[in-house]
Amino acid sequence: MVEFDSVGLRYGPDAEILSDISFNLQPGSFYFLTGPSGAGKTSLLKMLYLAQRPSRGIVRLFGEDLVSMPRHRLPGFRRRIGVVFQDFRLIPHLSARDNIALPLRIAGVSEEDLAGPVGEMLSWIGLSERAEARPATLSGGEQQRVAIARAVIARPQLLVADEPTGNVDPDMAMRLLGLFEALNRLGTTVVVATHDIHLISRIDNAQMMRLEKGRLADPTGALRYPPNRA
Amino acid sequence: MIIPRVPIQHRRLLPDRRLSGPTPWVIAILMMLTLLAAAAGIGLARSANAIGDAIAGRVTVQIVTPNPVTRAEQALALRRAAATEPYVRAARAVEPAELLATLGQWFGGENGDDPVLKSLPLPALVDVDFVGGERARQLEQLRALVAEIAPGARIIPHAEWLGPVARLIRSLAWVAGALVVLMVLASAAVVIMTARAALGTHYATIEMLHLIGATDRQIARLFQRRIAIDTAYGIALGTAVAAAILLLIGWQWARVTAGLAATASLGATGWALLLALPLLAIALAALTARQTLLAALKKIL
Repeated sequence: MVEFDSVGLRYGPDAEILSDISFNLQPGSFYFLTGPSGAGKTSLLKMLYLAQRPSRGIVRLFGEDLVSMPRHRLPGFRRRIGVVFQDFRLIPHLSARDNIALPLRIAGVSEEDLAGPVGEMLSWIGLSERAEARPATLSGGEQQRVAIARAVIARPQLLVADEPTGNVDPDMAMRLLGLFEALNRLGTTVVVATHDIHLISRIDNAQMMRLEKGRLADPTGALRYPPNRA
Repeated sequence: MIIPRVPIQHRRLLPDRRLSGPTPWVIAILMMLTLLAAAAGIGLARSANAIGDAIAGRVTVQIVTPNPVTRAEQALALRRAAATEPYVRAARAVEPAELLATLGQWFGGENGDDPVLKSLPLPALVDVDFVGGERARQLEQLRALVAEIAPGARIIPHAEWLGPVARLIRSLAWVAGALVVLMVLASAAVVIMTARAALGTHYATIEMLHLIGATDRQIARLFQRRIAIDTAYGIALGTAVAAAILLLIGWQWARVTAGLAATASLGATGWALLLALPLLAIALAALTARQTLLAALKKIL
């Protein structure tokens, strides 16, 4: 699904902020990415959701080398990835409904075909009544729910979430985690960056990836050489 | 397509307000100046061509024989003889009354009845238009004919004294053409700046669209459509103002019948060219916007 081999990342002439990152994400697995602030979690996620190419090393996604992949092929890969941003990144002049529908519209789904899924998603995140509200009029938690709905509406093969439960109450956090788990059961590989230790214990079979000072802790080699799933 | 089709739901990805601010107004002013310069260029070029055609093959034979009767007979004979020559398209004797009327404008006599004017020994004039061909040889043949019929008469090629005027008018037409090119380039620069400013203003939206899988073409079409519409508003406004000015000038010009001014007109081709300019400008703006946007988007991963 995703393979990083000796990946390094630096911005400009500065020292590498990520060094020798190697792991192999198995299809249908659930991963938590943890580490102190400044460890490089967001930078690692950026490479996962194709917002950044590595400075060195090999990145393979869905079986293809992304480092040398021509730019015009990237949109096709991005449509298979759902992203929940830490700062939500909702488009401010679009309603909650239009923000959620965005990935389907970009993928060319007709208005008739997207109305049902978008309505269901709004209902699931409890914002049916506020479907036409602009992000600025939504609370932080509501915006986060819209951002998550937008990330999962197109049933991505890989879901990447950066602190997805940081702005919601514990009940909503558990519901959102339940959604991620449900997607995971349907085959989506999920990577969630979080500081919340309690969250990690809620998902059975979830694996932890810990970043410290730009390096990935993998003492047993299980991340780099995962056992074959039966 | 000049203005790309974009589904209405996609159009909402850009805010409703016009993204380019003063762009339509700047484009309107540039379009108006472009059309006026183009109209001036076309009018001057047609005038230069008309003068050129008129003078290229025309000479005036000036007969200065002292005896007025002999002078008139020589003029008549020359006109008749010249008209039969194969290299002459037309030969016309300038009537003494016409000559007096022309000179009367300077001497003050309205009908050429000024006593001083009447006392002047006016030459007899014969205008000769050559057919197309080798001009120097035709002139030599006419010179021989004139020497035979009216010895001492002078042959004055019109190109000698009207040629510099035609060249000046043609130069002015080229200057007008250069102005049109410069203003088209300035308009393209305005569109490029507008496109870049729009990308800067909406960078966050563009980045988001990229990350959820939008292609450069999808994003470029959104902006291209908006810029093309903004530009089309400006072009329509500029065209309307320029048309009003040109119609006003045309109405006043229609009353001018004298001299070189009468040769300046736009003609059907000129009007067609002027009408095509706004459409070409919209197409150019849309193409410029598209290329600018695609080039800028390529710099974003």
